[in-house]
Amino acid sequence: MTEDERRIKTDVVIIGAGPVGLFAVFELGLLDIRAHLVDILDRPGGQCAELYPEKPIYDIPALPIATGQELTDRLMTQIAPFNPVFHLGQSAEKIEKNPDGSWRVTTDHGTVLDAPALVIAAGGGSFTPKKPALAGLEAYEGTSVFYAVRQIESFRNKTVLIAGGGDSAIDWALTLAPVARRIALVHRRDEFRAAPDSVGKMRALVAEGKMDLHIGDLAGLSGADGVLSCVSIRPREGDAFDVKCDRLLAFYGLTMKLGPLADFGLELKDNLIPVDTEKFESSTPGVFAIGDICTYPGKLKLILSGFHEAALMAQAVFRLVHPDKKLRFQYTTSSSDLQKKLGVEKPPDRV
Amino acid sequence: MKIILIEKDGTERELEAVEGWTAMEILRDYGVGGIKAECGGALACATCHVYVDPAWVDRIPAPREEEREMVEDHAMDVRDNSRLSCQIVLTEEMDGLRLHMATNPE
Ligand SMILES: Cc1cc2nc3c(=O)[nH]c(=O)nc-3n(C[C@H](O)[C@H](O)[C@H](O)COP(=O)(O)OP(=O)(O)OC[C@H]3O[C@@H](n4cnc5c(N)ncnc54)[C@H](O)[C@@H]3O)c2cc1C
Ligand code: FES
Repeated sequence: MTEDERRIKTDVVIIGAGPVGLFAVFELGLLDIRAHLVDILDRPGGQCAELYPEKPIYDIPALPIATGQELTDRLMTQIAPFNPVFHLGQSAEKIEKNPDGSWRVTTDHGTVLDAPALVIAAGGGSFTPKKPALAGLEAYEGTSVFYAVRQIESFRNKTVLIAGGGDSAIDWALTLAPVARRIALVHRRDEFRAAPDSVGKMRALVAEGKMDLHIGDLAGLSGADGVLSCVSIRPREGDAFDVKCDRLLAFYGLTMKLGPLADFGLELKDNLIPVDTEKFESSTPGVFAIGDICTYPGKLKLILSGFHEAALMAQAVFRLVHPDKKLRFQYTTSSSDLQKKLGVEKPPDRV
Repeated sequence: MKIILIEKDGTERELEAVEGWTAMEILRDYGVGGIKAECGGALACATCHVYVDPAWVDRIPAPREEEREMVEDHAMDVRDNSRLSCQIVLTEEMDGLRLHMATNPE
């Protein structure tokens, strides 16, 4: 990709593709404002998709019950007419003001997005991997210890220890088995919460002696200059033992951290962005905040509240993006103009 | 009723508790650092991990299978007395319950 292709101009950049960021696309879209979204997760839905895809939500108005994933899917259907552009698996690392007054967002993949308005819908912060509590861990991160696989090739002929008992751990053990010199899996118990078929394949490899399986907890790392040589494992009973390896992949799930947002230069109060309740703008003009990340007197961290915040924010953003246009208040029910934007073929017959 | 939180440095904090609430809700409302309780008690995050004082382990209901699995798969530095505080529903008998701060993600 060339520099120019990665440099994108749009109307609004939304950081965070959780339910509130998604609904913001809808409210903005009705006002002819195009949006690009950035999320570190590899799929939209934020907490709903990551923390409780299968658990039911009962307090979405007019939707008596929907799981986290269903809500996400429905939002994706609802916003489809506005063709939002997603930059997934990318962290928004930096924001800066351009000389013309617009905002620039740069991601860790080098995507650069320019827009007159910026909407922070970052919820509880970026989803980042949970790290094992091991002394000296930082020294090995990025060289020998990883929480994700970016390039399979970098594991060729390596002796890899994979920690965890879920789908990520098992799937990567199976994927890397033919590439690595040796794969060992370590989990706290001899049961795995992963697709039964994959667990079966893993067990077969262990039975054939092609993969090692250790039951226990990670207890320590040894090596030098960021190069790992072995990991010590503490079993439930008995003494700790060492496993030789030069790569450790840990899959203990994700946790939310404020992340790069902390350095955006925005006013923060207890790690939240204070906003006014008319425009949901932060104290930095042109930067708006909605959903769980924003705070104001009486704020409730509910999806319902985030939807309302998105609607009011859109009104304010309209004035920035289309300064020459007059804002026209319309209902989707009766406006043929809005219905056209939504791709409604023919307005339903009047009763 | 009260519950007692023992911080990592040994400091003890007496927290006013409410019968019928979970221990996590009390810790969270007091803003106890290290209890993020990200999933609000949905047994989906393990960021409400505590160690139950050995003297209390047998005096409170044992964890359900789902809690045990969640602890093992997602908590850090798991011990025999590891519990997810969102699954400990406080009853009258738990007045004085002692919980130790565990290792949780920042
Ligand atoms: C188990 C559980 C049950 C819940 N049940 C309900 C319920 O019944 N009803 C209800 O109303 N609410 C419920 N909630 C709360 C609801 O899920 C949140 O209020 C909602 O998800 C907030 O939406 P959001 O879009 O503001 O943020 P989030 O859903 O947190 O999404 C924010 C997104 O921003 C991303 N992000 C942050 N920073 C960056 C960055 N720098 N770069 C890239 N990406 C970034 C994150 O990765 C994340 O995907 C529940 C929450 C949980 C955990
Ligand atoms: S609060 Fe998430 S598991 Fe207890």
